[in-house]
Amino acid sequence: MLLATALGPVHQEYLLQARQMQALSFAVHIPLVCFGIAFPAMVLFAEWLHHRTGDPVYRTLARRWTRVMVALFAVGVITGTVLSFEMGLLWPNFTATFGSVFGLGFAIEGFSFFLEAIFIGIYVYGWERLSPRAHMLSGIPIVIAGVTGSFMVIAVNGWMNHPTGFTLRNGEVTNVHPVDALFGNPYFWHELVHMYLAGYMVTGFLVAAAYAVGKLRGRWGRYERTALVIPLTIAAFVSPVQVLVGDWAGREVANNQPTKLAALEGLPHTMRGAPVHILGVYTDDQVKYGIEIPKLLSLLATHDPNGRVQGLDTVPRQDLPPINVVRFAFQTMVGIGTLLALLGLVVIVERVRRRRLPDSRWFYAAVALAGPAATVALLAGWTTTEVGRQPWVVYHVMRTSEAVTAADGIPIGYGALALIYLVVACGVVWILRRLARAPMEPVG
Amino acid sequence: MTLADVLMVIILVGLVLYVVLGGADFGAPVWQVLAGRGPHAEEIREHAHEAMAPVWEANHVWLIFVITVMWTAFPVALGSIASTLCVPLFLAGVGIIARGAAYALRAGTTSSAQVKAIDMVSGISSVLTPFALGAALGGIASGRVPVGNARGDLMTSWLNPTSITIGVIAVISCAYLAAVFLAADAVRRDEPALAAEFRRRALIAGAVAGLVAAAGLVVLRSDARGLFDELVGGDGLVGLIVSALAGIVTVIALLRGRSELARYGSAVAVAGVVGGWALAQAPVILPGLTVDQAAAPHDTLVATLVAIIAGAAILFPSLGLLFRLVLGGRLGDGADEPAAPGAWQLLEASAAGLRGRAAVACAVVGFGFLTVADAGWAHVIGVVALLSAICLGFLAAVPALLPE
Ligand code: HDD
Ligand code: HEM
Ligand code: HEM
Repeated sequence: MLLATALGPVHQEYLLQARQMQALSFAVHIPLVCFGIAFPAMVLFAEWLHHRTGDPVYRTLARRWTRVMVALFAVGVITGTVLSFEMGLLWPNFTATFGSVFGLGFAIEGFSFFLEAIFIGIYVYGWERLSPRAHMLSGIPIVIAGVTGSFMVIAVNGWMNHPTGFTLRNGEVTNVHPVDALFGNPYFWHELVHMYLAGYMVTGFLVAAAYAVGKLRGRWGRYERTALVIPLTIAAFVSPVQVLVGDWAGREVANNQPTKLAALEGLPHTMRGAPVHILGVYTDDQVKYGIEIPKLLSLLATHDPNGRVQGLDTVPRQDLPPINVVRFAFQTMVGIGTLLALLGLVVIVERVRRRRLPDSRWFYAAVALAGPAATVALLAGWTTTEVGRQPWVVYHVMRTSEAVTAADGIPIGYGALALIYLVVACGVVWILRRLARAPMEPVG
Repeated sequence: MTLADVLMVIILVGLVLYVVLGGADFGAPVWQVLAGRGPHAEEIREHAHEAMAPVWEANHVWLIFVITVMWTAFPVALGSIASTLCVPLFLAGVGIIARGAAYALRAGTTSSAQVKAIDMVSGISSVLTPFALGAALGGIASGRVPVGNARGDLMTSWLNPTSITIGVIAVISCAYLAAVFLAADAVRRDEPALAAEFRRRALIAGAVAGLVAAAGLVVLRSDARGLFDELVGGDGLVGLIVSALAGIVTVIALLRGRSELARYGSAVAVAGVVGGWALAQAPVILPGLTVDQAAAPHDTLVATLVAIIAGAAILFPSLGLLFRLVLGGRLGDGADEPAAPGAWQLLEASAAGLRGRAAVACAVVGFGFLTVADAGWAHVIGVVALLSAICLGFLAAVPALLPE
């Protein structure tokens, strides 16, 4: 049935550019947001160690990290503001038609942003003005707001992937229950957990990578070692778990979005005992040049090596996402995720056997690479989810082409935003280098 | 008053708070750029930065609040507005990026040339964003935004006499608000000389704002006659009168050096204008679309209202805490007590080995319930177990790894 969109039908020549503009904005926002999710907890942990031990190195660490946190938070705020503008600027018909269903999530999220902004202000400007205990306490709402902030957005994303909480009558959206839509939806829990852990992986590995690079260049004092151990240990424990959670995500996709699952593998026909292909490309209704592992897809998706998995031929061609983009993104994420889990296991095994980190240069080179790699996995994961849902913006209800604005000039906006983000990225690099080079405060 | 009206009032309150708090933030760089050279100018620039830095993020969230509540409670209106007014809104976004980036970068500056360059970026944003947002409001107020997907003219909807007037008024008002706020902040910080400087600036900016606003009424009369009539003859008049009275109170307060009173006076003056506009336009949001017609279904309105009330209960005490801290005092008693909460002590007491084994146990349980089992309730247990495994493992591993 055709959806009667609130603002009527549209034709937009530059739909692809609008999608790319959206993707660009997310690709900038989401890595920053990882720091909002995970960094406050690491800073607080360092501060707590200072209180426990009285050792000034932890205090120095916490204070220097705080400055990084503030700078990244500011950029997180502006990129997030751009995203909320874009909901109206790029997808007015989506917002106009379904704002009453999903908007509540963002309205609640607004309060979580408030709390985060307020307590970051208190935490940062309170180092000298608060008692140590009050100062630690003022950090806790930041950690909580990091969870709730991502919770709401992901609830909305879960709803877009598995829409509930309303009825379509003659194409009209009626019988709207926003609370059901957002919180009664079974589909977003795996996204939330997976994203939350990804936040810790990205932040942990990136921060550790900065000090690993320093170590390779010969900067390896007590401060640097401490600063590497804390984030690396967290990321090391999270990474193996992430593989299990990713597997869970895959099963949820298999149950609720079989077309997306078929695209992840490039499975042309519905079959029993479906295989997995590693690498390769999807052309002419099959995966070519890949390494086949028989029955693995069935086993992973249905827990039965001969289970039935739905193929791409069950939906009309125009309703398929771009298979190779989705496949490639998925394989990138899983490949990197597996390697990072191995790296994490190396850390854990070395800790158990020798009570220390490995010494080899290779290890530190791997850590230095792990940071960027985790970020790539993060973006690849979101590409899997979002591109895998295409051509729908609201799964099986509203097409992305129906959601888009009718205004001209999308390429101009896209170009301008890309240029601005390039400048902002240079600024971020500059400030981070500055902060890294700032002289250590006198320890003692 | 219907439920939809209540939500519209909440949106307007959010808008007033954004105009006042965010406006003061956008106005501050005007004074930084105009400060000139020398150590004295440096002082002015630093004060304008330091007074705003702790609160700017919180101040800007009001805009997010307005947008998100609007798209939840009045989705069709938001879709129509955003699509037709995409150009000014995009420009406003660019200004916000510039302002936020400038805050992020200022921490890394070392030379005064760098500070100046960054203040210049802020200065550009403080003209761009208020003007663009004012122009967008002007488009709505003068009925140039029809219902539909980019149905209005992308250019004349915001480049027209009313829009330009409101845009200019917005820029000047922001500078004015900033001067008033910075004067009050300087008093709080016990810097009477700076306070006097900013009071002087506030008076000048206030006078200019008043003149432009008066001229604006003439423009409105010829360009948006309906709105003008409602403003000076209809319901909107109340708002204008409140605003004018508050403006006078502010001027007197400034002349007498009562900066704190001026702060509230200027806020009320802004609220009066926004309120007057809303009353003049009510009950119509966009041509042919009233508040009740635009409203989302009943369930959504109720849920949104509940969420806002619950959120406000947390928000306002926290905001109070932040402003109290920023405006001077200390919190707590400052005694250097050992700050180890009880649960942590317990963890510390238990041996690392025990934690390690517990982590392994949790990991096994988690694998079983999340990966092998299929039921939803099992997945909950599995996730909790795996998260516990991460925490326990981290706490077990990290002490030995930290360098002595
Ligand atoms: C550091 C980042 C990272 C790593 C190492 C992994 N993932 Fe992931 N993945 C994400 C970051 C991510 C994410 C945060 O970007 C996504 C996007 C949407 C979501 O819920 O999480 C995602 C989505 C996502 C989806 C789609 C979910 C959906 O559409 O609802 C699946 C099936 C997987 N992942 C599976 C895996 C597997 C099997 C991994 C292990 C080897 C893995 N991921 C590692
Ligand atoms: C809460 C909400 C949302 C989240 C978390 C989310 C996340 C993402 C991410 C991460 C990407 C891909 C970035 C990349 O390729 O690196 C993306 C792409 C995209 N998103 Fe979403 N999104 C959300 C809401 C929306 C909305 C509201 C729309 C539009 C109506 C939308 C439409 C798109 C489109 C069109 C793309 C580009 C896909 C392509 O290039 O084919 N998303 N989104
Ligand atoms: C994967 C998806 C997303 C996640 C996990 C996420 C999470 C977060 C978090 C944790 C923050 C806090 C700021 C920080 O720590 O840097 C933040 C900021 C922000 N996000 Fe996102 N977000 C996502 C996508 C979106 C989308 C789709 C929108 C808008 C529609 C959005 C709007 C915002 C806004 C406006 C802010 C700034 C809040 C402030 O002023 O403090 N985000 N986001």
